[in-house]
Amino acid sequence: MKTDDLVALLSTNLEPVDRKAVVRTLYVAIATAAIAALGIAFAGLGFRPDLTTTRALIYLTIKLAFAIGVVGLAMTYLMSLARPGGERRMSLFLIVVPFLIVLILAAISLGSAPRAHWERMIVGDEWLECLLSIPIIAIVPFAVSIWAVRKGAPTNLSRAGAFAGLIAGGVSAMAYALHCTDDSLPFIALWYGGTIVLCTLAGAALGPRLLRW
Amino acid sequence: MTTLEIELKALMLASLEGDAAAHRSLLDRLSRRLRAYYKAKLVAVGRGIAEAEDLVQEAILAIHLKRHTYDPREPLTPWVHAIARYKLIDFLRRNRASLAEVPIDEADEVMARDDNADAESTHDIRRLMQRLPKGMQCAIEAVKLDGLSVAEAANRCGLSESGVKVNIHRGLKTLAALIARETRT
Repeated sequence: MKTDDLVALLSTNLEPVDRKAVVRTLYVAIATAAIAALGIAFAGLGFRPDLTTTRALIYLTIKLAFAIGVVGLAMTYLMSLARPGGERRMSLFLIVVPFLIVLILAAISLGSAPRAHWERMIVGDEWLECLLSIPIIAIVPFAVSIWAVRKGAPTNLSRAGAFAGLIAGGVSAMAYALHCTDDSLPFIALWYGGTIVLCTLAGAALGPRLLRW
Repeated sequence: MTTLEIELKALMLASLEGDAAAHRSLLDRLSRRLRAYYKAKLVAVGRGIAEAEDLVQEAILAIHLKRHTYDPREPLTPWVHAIARYKLIDFLRRNRASLAEVPIDEADEVMARDDNADAESTHDIRRLMQRLPKGMQCAIEAVKLDGLSVAEAANRCGLSESGVKVNIHRGLKTLAALIARETRT
Protein backbone atom coordinates (compact mmCIF):
# COMPACT_ATOMS: atom_id res chain seq x y z
CA MET A 1 0.00 0.00 0.00
CA LYS A 2 1.27 3.47 -0.82
CA THR A 3 1.30 5.97 2.00
CA ASP A 4 -0.43 8.45 -0.30
CA ASP A 5 -3.31 6.02 -0.70
CA LEU A 6 -3.58 5.56 3.05
CA VAL A 7 -3.65 9.33 3.56
CA ALA A 8 -6.35 9.66 0.90
CA LEU A 9 -8.38 6.91 2.54
CA LEU A 10 -8.16 8.48 5.98
CA SER A 11 -9.12 11.93 4.66
CA THR A 12 -12.16 10.89 2.66
CA ASN A 13 -15.41 11.99 4.35
CA LEU A 14 -13.60 13.15 7.46
CA GLU A 15 -15.72 13.57 10.59
CA PRO A 16 -15.15 16.41 13.06
CA VAL A 17 -13.63 15.30 16.34
CA ASP A 18 -14.92 15.74 19.87
CA ARG A 19 -11.98 17.54 21.50
CA LYS A 20 -13.30 17.15 25.01
CA ALA A 21 -13.53 13.37 24.66
CA VAL A 22 -10.44 12.59 26.76
CA VAL A 23 -11.49 14.74 29.71
CA ARG A 24 -15.13 13.69 29.58
CA THR A 25 -14.29 9.99 29.44
CA LEU A 26 -12.17 10.37 32.57
CA TYR A 27 -14.98 12.15 34.44
CA VAL A 28 -17.45 9.47 33.43
CA ALA A 29 -14.96 6.85 34.60
CA ILE A 30 -14.39 8.46 37.98
CA ALA A 31 -18.14 8.82 38.60
CA THR A 32 -18.73 5.20 37.64
CA ALA A 33 -15.80 4.06 39.77
CA ALA A 34 -17.10 5.97 42.81
CA ILE A 35 -20.61 4.56 42.48
CA ALA A 36 -19.27 1.04 42.01
CA ALA A 37 -16.94 1.33 45.01
CA LEU A 38 -19.70 2.69 47.27
CA GLY A 39 -22.05 -0.06 46.14
CA ILE A 40 -19.51 -2.80 46.74
CA ALA A 41 -18.48 -1.41 50.13
CA PHE A 42 -22.08 -1.03 51.23
CA ALA A 43 -23.18 -4.46 50.01
CA GLY A 44 -20.08 -6.30 51.20
CA LEU A 45 -19.31 -4.54 54.47
CA GLY A 46 -22.14 -2.12 55.29
CA PHE A 47 -21.63 1.39 56.64
CA ARG A 48 -20.54 2.00 60.23
CA PRO A 49 -23.52 2.09 62.60
CA ASP A 50 -22.37 5.21 64.49
CA LEU A 51 -22.02 7.22 61.28
CA THR A 52 -23.90 10.25 62.62
CA THR A 53 -22.00 10.74 65.87
CA THR A 54 -19.64 13.70 66.05
CA ARG A 55 -16.50 11.66 66.61
CA ALA A 56 -17.29 9.36 63.68
CA LEU A 57 -18.01 12.34 61.45
CA ILE A 58 -14.74 14.05 62.33
CA TYR A 59 -12.69 10.99 61.40
CA LEU A 60 -14.83 10.27 58.35
CA THR A 61 -14.10 13.81 57.18
CA ILE A 62 -10.36 13.31 57.66
CA LYS A 63 -10.40 10.01 55.78
CA LEU A 64 -12.50 11.43 52.96
CA ALA A 65 -10.39 14.58 52.71
CA PHE A 66 -7.27 12.43 52.33
CA ALA A 67 -8.83 10.09 49.78
CA ILE A 68 -10.53 12.85 47.79
CA GLY A 69 -7.31 14.89 47.81
CA VAL A 70 -5.42 11.91 46.39
CA VAL A 71 -8.08 11.20 43.76
CA GLY A 72 -8.43 14.84 42.73
CA LEU A 73 -4.70 15.31 42.26
CA ALA A 74 -4.31 11.96 40.51
CA MET A 75 -7.07 12.95 38.08
CA THR A 76 -5.20 16.06 36.95
CA TYR A 77 -2.11 13.93 36.34
CA LEU A 78 -4.05 11.27 34.47
CA MET A 79 -5.65 13.89 32.20
CA SER A 80 -2.25 14.67 30.77
CA LEU A 81 -0.88 11.12 30.97
CA ALA A 82 -3.76 9.92 28.78
CA ARG A 83 -2.37 12.05 25.94
CA PRO A 84 0.79 11.41 23.88
CA GLY A 85 3.77 13.12 25.48
CA GLY A 86 1.72 14.04 28.57
CA GLU A 87 4.52 12.77 30.79
CA ARG A 88 6.82 15.57 29.69
CA ARG A 89 7.60 18.32 32.19
CA MET A 90 5.60 16.60 34.89
CA SER A 91 6.55 17.26 38.48
CA LEU A 92 5.56 14.35 40.67
CA PHE A 93 5.94 16.31 43.90
CA LEU A 94 2.34 17.48 44.20
CA ILE A 95 0.90 13.96 44.37
CA VAL A 96 3.08 13.16 47.40
CA VAL A 97 1.63 16.10 49.36
CA PRO A 98 -1.54 14.42 50.72
CA PHE A 99 0.55 11.47 51.89
CA LEU A 100 3.06 13.79 53.56
CA ILE A 101 0.30 15.71 55.35
CA VAL A 102 -1.26 12.53 56.72
CA LEU A 103 2.14 11.22 57.81
CA ILE A 104 2.93 14.48 59.61
CA LEU A 105 -0.48 14.51 61.34
CA ALA A 106 0.06 10.88 62.34
CA ALA A 107 3.46 11.69 63.82
CA ILE A 108 2.03 14.63 65.79
CA SER A 109 -0.79 12.50 67.07
CA LEU A 110 1.61 9.74 68.18
CA GLY A 111 3.92 12.31 69.77
CA SER A 112 1.15 13.73 71.91
CA ALA A 113 -0.11 10.34 73.10
CA PRO A 114 1.42 8.12 75.78
CA ARG A 115 3.64 5.36 74.41
CA ALA A 116 1.32 2.70 75.84
CA HIS A 117 -1.41 3.76 73.40
CA TRP A 118 0.79 3.61 70.31
CA GLU A 119 0.20 0.03 69.37
CA ARG A 120 -3.56 0.42 69.52
CA MET A 121 -3.43 3.67 67.52
CA ILE A 122 -1.34 2.09 64.77
CA VAL A 123 -2.85 -1.38 64.53
CA GLY A 124 -6.45 -0.53 65.39
CA ASP A 125 -9.14 -3.18 65.44
CA GLU A 126 -9.40 -4.05 61.81
CA TRP A 127 -6.04 -3.50 60.13
CA LEU A 128 -6.29 -6.77 58.24
CA GLU A 129 -9.78 -5.97 57.00
CA CYS A 130 -8.55 -2.58 55.79
CA LEU A 131 -5.49 -4.10 54.13
CA LEU A 132 -7.66 -6.55 52.18
CA SER A 133 -10.77 -4.45 51.56
CA ILE A 134 -9.24 -1.40 49.91
CA PRO A 135 -7.39 -3.37 47.19
CA ILE A 136 -10.40 -5.64 46.61
CA ILE A 137 -12.88 -2.77 46.35
CA ALA A 138 -10.36 -1.07 44.03
CA ILE A 139 -10.57 -3.77 41.34
CA VAL A 140 -13.69 -2.43 39.60
CA PRO A 141 -12.57 1.24 39.81
CA PHE A 142 -9.19 0.15 38.40
CA ALA A 143 -10.81 -1.59 35.44
CA VAL A 144 -12.93 1.50 34.74
CA SER A 145 -9.91 3.84 34.96
CA ILE A 146 -7.90 1.64 32.61
CA TRP A 147 -10.82 1.62 30.17
CA ALA A 148 -10.85 5.42 30.23
CA VAL A 149 -7.09 5.76 29.70
CA ARG A 150 -7.25 3.30 26.81
CA LYS A 151 -9.66 5.69 25.08
CA GLY A 152 -6.77 8.15 25.02
CA ALA A 153 -3.22 7.46 23.89
CA PRO A 154 -0.76 7.22 26.79
CA THR A 155 2.90 7.03 25.84
CA ASN A 156 4.28 6.28 29.30
CA LEU A 157 2.36 3.15 30.13
CA SER A 158 3.73 2.34 33.58
CA ARG A 159 3.16 5.86 34.82
CA ALA A 160 -0.35 6.03 33.35
CA GLY A 161 -1.04 2.61 34.91
CA ALA A 162 0.30 3.81 38.26
CA PHE A 163 -2.03 6.81 38.30
CA ALA A 164 -4.99 4.66 37.26
CA GLY A 165 -4.11 2.43 40.24
CA LEU A 166 -3.75 5.45 42.51
CA ILE A 167 -7.21 6.71 41.54
CA ALA A 168 -8.70 3.25 42.04
CA GLY A 169 -7.07 2.98 45.48
CA GLY A 170 -8.23 6.48 46.45
CA VAL A 171 -11.81 5.88 45.33
CA SER A 172 -11.82 2.57 47.14
CA ALA A 173 -10.48 4.17 50.34
CA MET A 174 -13.27 6.75 50.11
CA ALA A 175 -15.87 4.00 50.06
CA TYR A 176 -14.16 1.93 52.74
CA ALA A 177 -14.02 4.98 55.03
CA LEU A 178 -17.80 4.80 55.39
CA HIS A 179 -17.43 1.35 56.93
CA CYS A 180 -14.20 1.65 58.88
CA THR A 181 -14.45 2.34 62.63
CA ASP A 182 -10.73 2.68 63.28
CA ASP A 183 -10.49 6.33 64.19
CA SER A 184 -6.84 7.31 64.55
CA LEU A 185 -4.46 9.28 62.38
CA PRO A 186 -1.61 6.74 62.49
CA PHE A 187 -4.06 4.06 61.35
CA ILE A 188 -5.15 6.21 58.40
CA ALA A 189 -1.57 7.03 57.45
CA LEU A 190 -0.38 3.44 57.56
CA TRP A 191 -3.31 1.36 56.33
CA TYR A 192 -5.11 3.82 54.07
CA GLY A 193 -1.89 5.35 52.74
CA GLY A 194 -0.19 1.97 52.46
CA THR A 195 -2.99 0.22 50.58
CA ILE A 196 -3.36 3.15 48.19
CA VAL A 197 0.38 2.92 47.49
CA LEU A 198 -0.03 -0.83 46.90
CA CYS A 199 -2.76 -0.15 44.34
CA THR A 200 -0.44 2.36 42.66
CA LEU A 201 2.39 -0.17 42.41
CA ALA A 202 0.01 -2.80 41.02
CA GLY A 203 -1.16 -0.27 38.41
CA ALA A 204 2.42 0.55 37.44
CA ALA A 205 3.17 -3.15 36.98
CA LEU A 206 0.01 -3.83 34.94
CA GLY A 207 0.05 -0.61 32.88
CA PRO A 208 2.41 -1.73 30.10
CA ARG A 209 0.31 -4.82 29.44
CA LEU A 210 -3.14 -3.26 29.79
CA LEU A 211 -2.57 0.07 28.07
CA ARG A 212 -0.69 -0.87 24.88
CA TRP A 213 -2.18 0.54 21.71
CA MET B 1 8.12 28.57 17.37
CA THR B 2 8.99 27.52 13.81
CA THR B 3 6.94 28.33 10.74
CA LEU B 4 6.43 24.62 10.19
CA GLU B 5 4.91 24.18 13.65
CA ILE B 6 2.54 27.13 13.07
CA GLU B 7 1.45 25.82 9.67
CA LEU B 8 0.97 22.25 10.79
CA LYS B 9 -0.89 23.26 13.93
CA ALA B 10 -3.28 25.37 11.84
CA LEU B 11 -3.89 22.35 9.62
CA MET B 12 -4.46 20.16 12.69
CA LEU B 13 -7.01 22.56 14.18
CA ALA B 14 -8.88 22.69 10.87
CA SER B 15 -8.77 18.91 10.55
CA LEU B 16 -10.24 18.50 14.04
CA GLU B 17 -13.18 20.60 12.83
CA GLY B 18 -13.68 18.09 10.02
CA ASP B 19 -11.83 19.87 7.19
CA ALA B 20 -10.85 16.95 4.93
CA ALA B 21 -8.46 18.94 2.72
CA ALA B 22 -6.56 20.19 5.77
CA HIS B 23 -6.43 16.66 7.17
CA ARG B 24 -5.06 15.32 3.93
CA SER B 25 -2.44 18.03 3.67
CA LEU B 26 -1.47 17.51 7.33
CA LEU B 27 -1.07 13.74 7.03
CA ASP B 28 0.78 14.16 3.76
CA ARG B 29 3.30 16.59 5.22
CA LEU B 30 3.68 14.61 8.43
CA SER B 31 4.28 11.40 6.51
CA ARG B 32 7.29 12.96 4.78
CA ARG B 33 8.75 14.11 8.08
CA LEU B 34 8.06 10.73 9.65
CA ARG B 35 9.72 8.94 6.73
CA ALA B 36 12.97 10.86 7.26
CA TYR B 37 12.71 10.37 11.03
CA TYR B 38 12.17 6.61 10.89
CA LYS B 39 14.86 6.04 8.26
CA ALA B 40 17.37 7.83 10.48
CA LYS B 41 16.25 5.94 13.58
CA LEU B 42 16.29 2.52 11.93
CA VAL B 43 19.79 3.15 10.64
CA ALA B 44 20.86 4.29 14.10
CA VAL B 45 19.76 0.98 15.66
CA GLY B 46 21.38 -0.99 12.85
CA ARG B 47 18.26 -2.03 10.93
CA GLY B 48 17.54 -1.54 7.24
CA ILE B 49 15.36 1.32 6.03
CA ALA B 50 13.00 -1.09 4.24
CA GLU B 51 10.72 -1.16 7.29
CA ALA B 52 10.52 2.62 7.51
CA GLU B 53 7.41 2.86 5.35
CA ASP B 54 5.55 0.32 7.51
CA LEU B 55 6.32 2.48 10.53
CA VAL B 56 5.27 5.67 8.72
CA GLN B 57 1.88 4.12 7.99
CA GLU B 58 1.47 2.82 11.54
CA ALA B 59 2.20 6.30 12.86
CA ILE B 60 -0.13 7.98 10.35
CA LEU B 61 -2.94 5.62 11.34
CA ALA B 62 -2.24 6.31 15.02
CA ILE B 63 -2.24 10.07 14.46
CA HIS B 64 -5.55 9.77 12.65
CA LEU B 65 -7.22 7.46 15.17
CA LYS B 66 -5.92 9.34 18.21
CA ARG B 67 -6.36 12.88 16.92
CA HIS B 68 -8.94 13.56 19.66
CA THR B 69 -6.11 13.36 22.22
CA TYR B 70 -4.39 16.46 20.83
CA ASP B 71 -4.79 19.38 23.23
CA PRO B 72 -5.04 22.61 21.13
CA ARG B 73 -3.43 24.62 23.94
CA GLU B 74 -0.18 22.70 23.36
CA PRO B 75 2.20 22.80 20.38
CA LEU B 76 1.75 20.04 17.83
CA THR B 77 5.36 18.91 17.37
CA PRO B 78 5.79 17.23 20.79
CA TRP B 79 2.47 15.42 20.37
CA VAL B 80 3.51 14.03 16.98
CA HIS B 81 6.93 13.17 18.32
CA ALA B 82 5.49 11.27 21.31
CA ILE B 83 3.35 9.14 18.97
CA ALA B 84 6.20 8.60 16.49
CA ARG B 85 8.60 7.55 19.22
CA TYR B 86 6.02 5.35 20.95
CA LYS B 87 5.38 3.51 17.68
CA LEU B 88 9.13 3.14 17.07
CA ILE B 89 9.74 1.62 20.50
CA ASP B 90 6.67 -0.59 20.15
CA PHE B 91 7.94 -1.78 16.76
CA LEU B 92 11.41 -2.57 18.09
CA ARG B 93 9.94 -4.41 21.06
CA ARG B 94 7.72 -6.51 18.81
CA ASN B 95 10.81 -7.40 16.84
CA ARG B 96 12.76 -8.15 19.98
CA ALA B 97 15.40 -5.57 19.21
CA SER B 98 17.49 -4.26 22.02
CA LEU B 99 15.84 -1.11 23.33
CA ALA B 100 19.05 0.05 24.95
CA GLU B 101 20.15 1.17 21.52
CA VAL B 102 17.29 3.61 20.96
CA PRO B 103 18.88 6.99 21.50
CA ILE B 104 16.94 9.65 23.36
CA ASP B 105 15.83 12.28 20.91
CA GLU B 106 14.39 15.77 21.05
CA ALA B 107 10.86 16.51 19.89
CA ASP B 108 12.14 18.74 17.07
CA GLU B 109 13.88 15.78 15.47
CA VAL B 110 10.62 14.38 14.19
CA MET B 111 10.12 17.49 12.06
CA ALA B 112 13.78 18.00 11.16
CA ARG B 113 13.89 16.58 7.65
CA ASP B 114 11.58 16.00 4.74
CA ASP B 115 11.67 12.78 2.70
CA ASN B 116 9.40 12.73 -0.29
CA ALA B 117 10.46 9.35 -1.74
CA ASP B 118 7.31 7.81 -3.15
CA ALA B 119 7.14 4.68 -1.10
CA GLU B 120 5.08 1.61 -0.65
CA SER B 121 4.75 -0.45 2.52
CA THR B 122 4.52 -4.21 2.63
CA HIS B 123 0.82 -4.03 3.57
CA ASP B 124 -1.90 -4.68 1.07
CA ILE B 125 -4.93 -2.83 2.38
CA ARG B 126 -7.47 -4.61 0.18
CA ARG B 127 -6.19 -7.95 1.42
CA LEU B 128 -6.17 -6.83 5.06
CA MET B 129 -9.69 -5.47 4.65
CA GLN B 130 -10.94 -8.95 3.82
CA ARG B 131 -10.11 -10.00 7.35
CA LEU B 132 -12.49 -7.42 8.82
CA PRO B 133 -16.07 -8.29 9.76
CA LYS B 134 -18.58 -7.62 6.95
CA GLY B 135 -20.08 -4.44 8.40
CA MET B 136 -16.70 -2.76 8.93
CA GLN B 137 -15.48 -3.84 5.50
CA CYS B 138 -18.58 -2.53 3.75
CA ALA B 139 -18.61 0.78 5.67
CA ILE B 140 -14.92 1.54 5.02
CA GLU B 141 -15.14 0.54 1.37
CA ALA B 142 -18.24 2.65 0.76
CA VAL B 143 -17.21 5.81 2.61
CA LYS B 144 -13.43 5.76 2.53
CA LEU B 145 -12.60 4.08 -0.76
CA ASP B 146 -15.63 4.81 -2.94
CA GLY B 147 -16.33 8.22 -1.41
CA LEU B 148 -20.05 7.68 -0.77
CA SER B 149 -21.82 9.79 1.84
CA VAL B 150 -22.64 8.22 5.18
CA ALA B 151 -26.33 8.05 4.23
CA GLU B 152 -25.57 6.27 0.96
CA ALA B 153 -23.22 3.88 2.72
CA ALA B 154 -25.89 3.11 5.33
CA ASN B 155 -28.20 2.19 2.50
CA ARG B 156 -25.64 -0.01 0.75
CA CYS B 157 -24.45 -1.84 3.87
CA GLY B 158 -27.84 -2.17 5.54
CA LEU B 159 -26.70 -0.23 8.62
CA SER B 160 -27.94 2.89 10.36
CA GLU B 161 -25.96 6.09 9.78
CA SER B 162 -24.43 5.98 13.25
CA GLY B 163 -23.76 2.29 12.63
CA VAL B 164 -21.69 3.22 9.58
CA LYS B 165 -19.64 5.73 11.59
CA VAL B 166 -19.03 3.25 14.41
CA ASN B 167 -18.05 0.55 11.92
CA ILE B 168 -15.59 2.86 10.16
CA HIS B 169 -13.94 3.83 13.42
CA ARG B 170 -13.72 0.27 14.72
CA GLY B 171 -12.65 -0.99 11.30
CA LEU B 172 -9.74 1.45 11.10
CA LYS B 173 -8.69 0.51 14.62
CA THR B 174 -8.77 -3.17 13.68
CA LEU B 175 -6.83 -2.43 10.48
CA ALA B 176 -4.19 -0.59 12.52
CA ALA B 177 -3.91 -3.61 14.81
CA LEU B 178 -3.63 -5.98 11.83
CA ILE B 179 -0.91 -3.80 10.32
CA ALA B 180 0.97 -3.73 13.61
CA ARG B 181 0.76 -7.50 13.87
CA GLU B 182 2.00 -7.94 10.32
CA THR B 183 5.00 -5.71 10.89
CA ARG B 184 6.90 -8.43 12.63
CA THR B 185 9.95 -9.85 11.03
